[in-house]
Amino acid sequence: MSVLDAVVDYDDAIARYDPVMGLEVHVELNTATKMFCGCATGFGAEPNSQVCPVCLGLPGALPVVNAAAVESAIRIGLALNCSIAPWCRFARKNYFYPDMTKNFQTSQYDEPIAFDGYLDVEIPNAAGDGTEIFRVEIERAHMEEDSGKSLHVGGSTGRIQGAEYSLVDYNRAGVPLIEIVTRPVRGAGERAPEVAKAYVAALRDLLKALDVSDVRMEQGSVRCDANVSLMPRGEQELGTRTETKNVNSLRSIERAIRYEISRHAAVLDSGAAIHQETRHWHEDTGVTTSGRPKSDADDYRYFPEPDLVPVAPSSDYVEQLRTTLPEPPDQRRKRLQKDWGYTDLEMRDVLNAGATELIEQTVADGASPAAARKWWTGELARRANADGRTIDDLGVTPAHIAELSGLVASGRLNDAMARQVLDGVVAGEGTPTEVADARGLALAQDDGALEAAVDKVIAANEPIAAKVREGKLNAAGALIGGVMKEMRGQADAARARELILARLT
Amino acid sequence: MSPASVPSSNDIVRRGAADLGAAIADGSLSSVEVTQAHLDRIADVDDSVHAFLHVDAEGALAAARAADEARAAGETRSPLAGVPIAVKDIVATKGQPTTAGSRILQGWIPPYDATVTTRLRAAGLPILGKTNMDEFAMGSSTEHSAYGPTHNPWDLDRIPGGSGGGSSAAVAAFEAPLAIGTDTGGSIRQPAAVTGTVGTKPTYGGVSRYGLIALASSLDQAGPCTRSVLDAALLHEIIGGHDVMDSTSIDAPVPGVVEAARRGDVAGLRIGVVDEISGEGFQPGVRARFEESLKLLEARGAEIVRVGCPSFVKGLAAYYLILPSEASSNLAKFDAMRYGLRVGPQGVASPSAEQVMAATRDAGFGDEVKRRIILGTYALSAGYYDAYYGQAQKVRTLIARDFAAAFEQADVLVTPTAPTTAFKLGEKLDDPMAMYLNDVATIPANLAGVPGMSIPNGLAEDGLPTGFQILAPATRDDRLYEVGAALEAALLEQWGAPILDQAPALPVREVTR
Ligand SMILES: [Zn+2]
Repeated sequence: MSVLDAVVDYDDAIARYDPVMGLEVHVELNTATKMFCGCATGFGAEPNSQVCPVCLGLPGALPVVNAAAVESAIRIGLALNCSIAPWCRFARKNYFYPDMTKNFQTSQYDEPIAFDGYLDVEIPNAAGDGTEIFRVEIERAHMEEDSGKSLHVGGSTGRIQGAEYSLVDYNRAGVPLIEIVTRPVRGAGERAPEVAKAYVAALRDLLKALDVSDVRMEQGSVRCDANVSLMPRGEQELGTRTETKNVNSLRSIERAIRYEISRHAAVLDSGAAIHQETRHWHEDTGVTTSGRPKSDADDYRYFPEPDLVPVAPSSDYVEQLRTTLPEPPDQRRKRLQKDWGYTDLEMRDVLNAGATELIEQTVADGASPAAARKWWTGELARRANADGRTIDDLGVTPAHIAELSGLVASGRLNDAMARQVLDGVVAGEGTPTEVADARGLALAQDDGALEAAVDKVIAANEPIAAKVREGKLNAAGALIGGVMKEMRGQADAARARELILARLT
Repeated sequence: MSPASVPSSNDIVRRGAADLGAAIADGSLSSVEVTQAHLDRIADVDDSVHAFLHVDAEGALAAARAADEARAAGETRSPLAGVPIAVKDIVATKGQPTTAGSRILQGWIPPYDATVTTRLRAAGLPILGKTNMDEFAMGSSTEHSAYGPTHNPWDLDRIPGGSGGGSSAAVAAFEAPLAIGTDTGGSIRQPAAVTGTVGTKPTYGGVSRYGLIALASSLDQAGPCTRSVLDAALLHEIIGGHDVMDSTSIDAPVPGVVEAARRGDVAGLRIGVVDEISGEGFQPGVRARFEESLKLLEARGAEIVRVGCPSFVKGLAAYYLILPSEASSNLAKFDAMRYGLRVGPQGVASPSAEQVMAATRDAGFGDEVKRRIILGTYALSAGYYDAYYGQAQKVRTLIARDFAAAFEQADVLVTPTAPTTAFKLGEKLDDPMAMYLNDVATIPANLAGVPGMSIPNGLAEDGLPTGFQILAPATRDDRLYEVGAALEAALLEQWGAPILDQAPALPVREVTR
């Protein structure tokens, strides 16, 4: 990396400039087979094991559209409140690159399957005492195929410059993609980075609810390109934009946009012009660096794909797909609040923490709504905040939390021990049970220590024990207190009570 | 030709495919005998004709033995089971080289069969080998093959037509009773015309394009090359029909082409002569044979009508925008990254992928291919698209409308297939425009997707064969065979023998087997 770019303080940048964003999200669909052939799409297979003449672009091979991918595209379009094209075609986007088997990408150009929609996203309001809805307008959602993946070997950067040689894995070539493009997002002001993050998060939640994608950003099944430009405050003419490629986590989206706003402001302040270009985001250093110059004149020589017939979904079919859409997000929030019995305040904490889906899954995995909320909006939100991460980025899954809260409910762990177990889970030591086992964390149960303590306390408190024998069970409380004291708190009080009653009744 | 040089298998190779199929079916000939006879003929004459780029004697004989065994076991795979065939080198054949006549694919052996190939194998037709062609089917003379031209069996100094000159020449030279061609602007019909053979371009979507190395996807269509209308129909029936691997394939049964070819009844049929392509500017002998053929059809009960297709004259210009545009994209995949030729740039120690791509494409593509890639790249460029590609697509619509209107007045349309008989090798090589004009009569069918056929209808004043083109509405390929068979029968009656009997004998290789 070369010299670091100058940046200005974010608040200063916002004071002088209005940011405008454009977000392009590529979503890999979770169809069993590729966009134009019958090859499997599973992630992580042996390189070049999921290929055929079609996705390898061998001479003579022809594409055939995957109907399941078209169905997913239409459902995504409907869920984004888009119009669905009654007739549209694929187009060839022509450019040479080794990871493109045909040296053109089969995509859609001026006839996208879905267009003119919006997604309402919820962000904390300016006053900080609630949330508000920000509407992100969707220009289009179109179908296309993914490219293969290049691996540049040798050299220090992992980029093609300086590499000794490159390998290409075509397993991903032809995997169905939906590209969702927003209209310019204006008026978000200082909250632009938050809006971008909330938009991608809402989109991800929507795609997950639609069950059309694995939505695993870390595996590249959701990839975001973020365009940013600045306008001096009070002006209406859009500034020159830069496109930051492959920003692949929610937190990075927020950071990358924030960085670009600060960087643009520094360039503009100096009186220089922004170069239209692609920028690379560096997760580790939190900066973007200059990539390839890009211009509106990039000429992909689009023309309608002659090997495919037009896609013409009937209105009956589209309406039938509309009935398969999941519950709209706001209705869903209201329903979940009712189901979980949360107060408005509690629900707001959940939303602010972005924990709705996590809690839903945690409850589905067996935890009580109260315990799930307590963990995600309490301990985990605190940890995420302290580390500057998001709660879904801690390496802790809903299944972990359900398991952990089960260990507490069953009396194996108390809260303090549960937090220690969580440390282990975050540190990657395994599941909660594995961590508890490995670290020897357990409230004493039917083991010798607790039984010995019970026997000792009974012997030392014979008068109280006698009352219990006579049926005055309340008297056992004093014995339990004695046992807990004897055990220095490393015991489950309920279990101690059970053992005492077992001996005396 | 000395009597000693007449091959012993002469009788077999001069028989038609339907006849050979029947003989193999009734056991009077074996597929091995028939296949061997053709392999011998290829060995005898292909040094002078150069119809083949690759001969697979071993594979053909193995398939012939399998066909004989299947027959012995009582299986009837098709009326042409056991009859060998030649396949244009643009059709993918698993395990056999497939180069599309280009240096850039030299040595490439496809790991899969085209659907056409699969259907030929399933029907029991041994594949003799791969036939020569203009590189990536770009040309009308086969002179643009990277592997040297094919020679016309009627006159070895003349072109056999193109791009499928190899397939038609192989059939005309009795090296194969049948061949597969592909036709993007006339590449089956024009070679048929200049070699005195039959060729059909089916309705677009009638034969699967899966495994045909694409030239212009919206125009390409595979079809039969034969010596008789019935043979063409039998082959058409085998290779035609819906294929799930080709989205543009028509999901309907093959029209009744074989019945139509057997019937050949034109009584009451309205035959439309296209005013714009009725011989104006065509060689006198071509025009004369065309007029005579109309009279023969009239004598058999057809009604001759004149139809106007004013947009046809714009077809050539539109074609030479659409074809290069699609080709420039289709040929982008030949980049040395995955298969085929790979050439490193001169004097570059560690070249980038882009440099290797450029050097390979420079070395691997011939001038005509480069010419069309450049034309197409330009026509698709931003700012030019509407003026060129967009405009050409509008012409295409107009031509389709002309056809629709003409087919209101006539059941089929007819024209001479090519403006001239076979020209001399090299004559038009330096004049691309003159070469392009060869396709003026055949191109409208490709632009509109309608089926067309060429059948030999005599010899011009220069003693070389002429072709008669029949065009029918989309999916009515049967009408081509109806009219083709009627004219063929009338001509045969007049000539008393097939036209190829008038072709001079070919020099035969002077070796003893
Ligand atoms: Zn595949």
